[in-house]
Amino acid sequence: MASLATEFAGIASPNPFWLASAPPTDKEYNVVRAFRAGWGGVVWKTLGAEGPPVVNVNGPRYGVVSGPDRRVLALNNIELITDRPLEVNLREITRVKRDWPDRAMIVSLMVPCDEESWKAILARVEETGADGVELNFGCPHGMSERGMGSAVGQVPEYIEMVTRWCKMHSRMPVIVKLTPNITDIRWAARAARRGGADAVSLINTVNSITAVDLDRFAPEPTIDGKGTHGGLCGPAVRPMALHMVADIARDAETRGLPISGIGGVTTWRDAAEFMALGAGNVQVCTAAMTYGFKIVEELISGLSQYLDAKGMALADLVGRATPNVTDWQLLNLNYVTKARIDPGLCIKCGRCYAACEDTSHQAIWMKPGRVFEVNDAECVACNLCVDVCPVADCITMERLAAGSVDPRTGRTVPAGYANWTTHPNHPMAKAAE
Amino acid sequence: MRRRRPLYATGADEESATPGGRGAGVNIYRLIKIPACGSLPGIKVRQEASLSNSQLTPGVVPGRLPATAYAANFADVPPPLDPYEARVAADRCYFCHDAPCITACPTAIDIPLFIRQIATGTPEAAATTIWAQNILGGMCARVCPTETLCEEACVREEAEGKPVEIGRLQRFATDRARAGGLHPFARAAATGRRVAVVGAGPAGLACAHRLARHGHDVTVFDAREKPGGLNEYGLAAYKTTGGFAQDEIAWLLAVGGITIVTGRALGRDLTLEALRRDFDAVFLGLGLAATNALGIPGEAMATDAVDFIARLRQTPDLAALPVGRDVVVIGGGMTAVDAGVQSRLLGAETVTIVYRRGRERMGASGHEQEHAATAGVRIVTGAAPVAILGEGGAARAVEFAYVEEEPKGLVPTGETFRLRADQVFKAIGQRLEGVPAGLALEGGRIRTEGPGRTSLAGVWAGGDCTPAGEDLTVTAVAQGRDAAEDIHARLAGR
Ligand SMILES: Cc1cc2nc3c(=O)[nH]c(=O)nc-3n(C[C@H](O)[C@H](O)[C@H](O)COP(=O)(O)OP(=O)(O)OC[C@H]3O[C@@H](n4cnc5c(N)ncnc54)[C@H](O)[C@@H]3O)c2cc1C
Ligand SMILES: Cc1cc2nc3c(=O)[nH]c(=O)nc-3n(C[C@H](O)[C@H](O)[C@H](O)COP(=O)(O)O)c2cc1C
Ligand code: SF4
Repeated sequence: MASLATEFAGIASPNPFWLASAPPTDKEYNVVRAFRAGWGGVVWKTLGAEGPPVVNVNGPRYGVVSGPDRRVLALNNIELITDRPLEVNLREITRVKRDWPDRAMIVSLMVPCDEESWKAILARVEETGADGVELNFGCPHGMSERGMGSAVGQVPEYIEMVTRWCKMHSRMPVIVKLTPNITDIRWAARAARRGGADAVSLINTVNSITAVDLDRFAPEPTIDGKGTHGGLCGPAVRPMALHMVADIARDAETRGLPISGIGGVTTWRDAAEFMALGAGNVQVCTAAMTYGFKIVEELISGLSQYLDAKGMALADLVGRATPNVTDWQLLNLNYVTKARIDPGLCIKCGRCYAACEDTSHQAIWMKPGRVFEVNDAECVACNLCVDVCPVADCITMERLAAGSVDPRTGRTVPAGYANWTTHPNHPMAKAAE
Repeated sequence: MRRRRPLYATGADEESATPGGRGAGVNIYRLIKIPACGSLPGIKVRQEASLSNSQLTPGVVPGRLPATAYAANFADVPPPLDPYEARVAADRCYFCHDAPCITACPTAIDIPLFIRQIATGTPEAAATTIWAQNILGGMCARVCPTETLCEEACVREEAEGKPVEIGRLQRFATDRARAGGLHPFARAAATGRRVAVVGAGPAGLACAHRLARHGHDVTVFDAREKPGGLNEYGLAAYKTTGGFAQDEIAWLLAVGGITIVTGRALGRDLTLEALRRDFDAVFLGLGLAATNALGIPGEAMATDAVDFIARLRQTPDLAALPVGRDVVVIGGGMTAVDAGVQSRLLGAETVTIVYRRGRERMGASGHEQEHAATAGVRIVTGAAPVAILGEGGAARAVEFAYVEEEPKGLVPTGETFRLRADQVFKAIGQRLEGVPAGLALEGGRIRTEGPGRTSLAGVWAGGDCTPAGEDLTVTAVAQGRDAAEDIHARLAGR
């Protein structure tokens, strides 16, 4: 079986599956259960500065987006950082790290934006024997109103400044956890690197309102008739997280900076996708909160089986897909495909027809006997029919060979590669003439 | 499924051997779940003290089961969906384009739409979608052989052999909406036109409701004591439990403008001539009141299955309904299966359905045949009755001849056999009788053209009494509805 042992930003763990900083990592009891279950590491629930701990709301703090069978598609929360005394957390962290030396123990931190506060807390954490710290610049609710969390993560200058303080006042590896609630993640990642970060982790939760109560006319979760935006996580945010990970992995200024991938990791496949796009490991929160710690067994067995089947080491997977993430303008315009419907697999639901006829290019014929066929003269290969077909592999995309004629355009498919930058319709191409 | 039916053990069950075999208990679900224990030492044939009759009592007697067994045996099949189950079941619908299930439904209910309405938490809207096409959508949800109609056409049947549960979802929506007191149809302004409907079965009721919606005054005449036709007197008791048939009719009448007159038979109390004179239009939804004869010696000892079922549907106390120990049903349709299964549920020890042609020719669907088998009913095919044997007017056995299907018809092979029988049911089809003079017939039924137009001007017909009828509740509804639209168009001078 492929070894899943990982070294991330100099921190070793038996596998790349860490629990993200959140309720599953809020106390010794949970973390010990997690380690027993097999998790490779944890990022302890975010600690705040010395003094009276924060208070949480006493009404509901989570909302949910679920499928008709109540499958959790996304969670949203308005929980703050840990509401337990700092001393208690530090004592427990020390004990757990001592008892589980082979597991990664990262401590998440969020203190006011002044050097003294960071310096003070870093010293305390160092005494616990923890392997590293994660700077929570991502929490988008509550704490951000107090100038912390995503209020820092949204200003690259602050990210850089605080990261620099932390590197200055600690020997521990520093992971900077980024907020997705910005327009371009690369600015935040670049700032972290400039500040000396050993790694970034992303994403924290996405600003969201999960639902509106149509009787009380209030957002959910509703507290005494009112609600506030929360942070969204779980499967629904994964595509956004994947994109941001890829952006950082391929950006010239941040290339090579270790990335801990977070956001909707639920199965081994999700983890593999994050890693293929450049994440060195992944962190999980919602999936554990939905199904419990046991899912790590599937994460481990699935990723091992996949690596074995591919004959790859884990390190070979990391970033393997990054070079294939490119800009739109560089995509090959000579790659011409047409949809193909396999009549043997077709169950005649007609969803492809409705989709193409009503909303795409009127390229599917519905023939007598509910036989569905693609009209190559209209098909632009948009892929919508493939996406809405309920039968896997029933509709596929077939490439037209170079030299054949595309019945839609009447043009011969050219051999070789050509992209937008050289296309005759490109304004610059014209200007160059 | 989260609710389980009670696993009731009858007294007789305690010595049950094999399902359907001698001494087998009668609760069909129990038969599947509980292993045979007939061979266990120490378990004896024991009857509850209060009972004088058991499954083994010879002859045709009531009370073969402990009093509590009847409720369990005649409970809803299948049980209704709860809101959660309905949501999950609804989510399986693909919302097909020009969905094949709609085409397969004789009333063309917009199935994907109503299922989407259930999925989005508005069963009332779903019910309105259903009723817009099929005002007896509640009954149809219970009794339609969906496995040969909408669910057979479901693309998930083709994909996985597991269709969307359209029938049960339809029941969920209509039950919910009815329980909430919804009747979404208002009557148009009164037109002053009067229509007579003869027969208060599904065809007549659907016709009456649609006409009433259009503002016409409708009088429905029926020969029986209660309206409903076979909804009330024919359908299997476990498909339409409680007083559902009458409840649904009461709900249907809420539209207004419909008067039901029972105990009035065309031909006896009414003439078609008078109806044509006194009303602006007449719709005949007579069903098939007479049954076919076997034409064999001893036939007088047999009972019409439809009469037995009607008695069963009307009895206030199933324990008081006599049933044979060994029951033989002659026929191969839905009626034969219903008579056979319900005999078993009443406590008959053995029930055999004998059909003269092959299984594939049986009117009862594969699903119905399976249901019969599960209930412990044996089905014998390729055998025709020769004589009913007995003494003093009571049957003792039926003699059958094996037959083979040949181009010129069924030919006896020369081999015969006898089945023990205290009770023999004839279920070889119903017939139309006493059709008013002047109406052209076709194959013994009232000939119609288009939406139910008969050969007489101003007279329409629909349902089982017409050749177009498929002997299904839902087809009767469709034909009644369509005739009503045609009558309305005619009355409106269009
Ligand atoms: C035992 C049995 C089980 C069945 N099970 C199913 C099933 O599970 N699913 C299914 O879809 N279909 C089933 N059917 C068929 C279904 O019941 C019929 O197709 C349907 O009821 C036909 O409706 P209708 O309105 O044409 O006739 P009916 O329901 O027969 O109604 C006709 C009405 O007309 C009245 N009438 C007749 N003659 C006169 C007269 N001269 N004057 C006044 N009134 C008169 C009768 O009293 C009756 O009320 C079953 C039929 C039988 C017999
Ligand atoms: C209830 C809850 C509390 C959270 N608290 C924190 C926190 O204290 N610090 C932090 O950095 N992230 C916190 N997060 C964010 C998670 O660590 C993680 O970034 C996010 O949930 C995305 O991962 P997921 O899709 O696997 O859940 C919290 C998430 C949830 C659901
Ligand atoms: S790929 Fe797009 S355009 Fe082509 S048939 Fe499918 S839906 Fe229509």
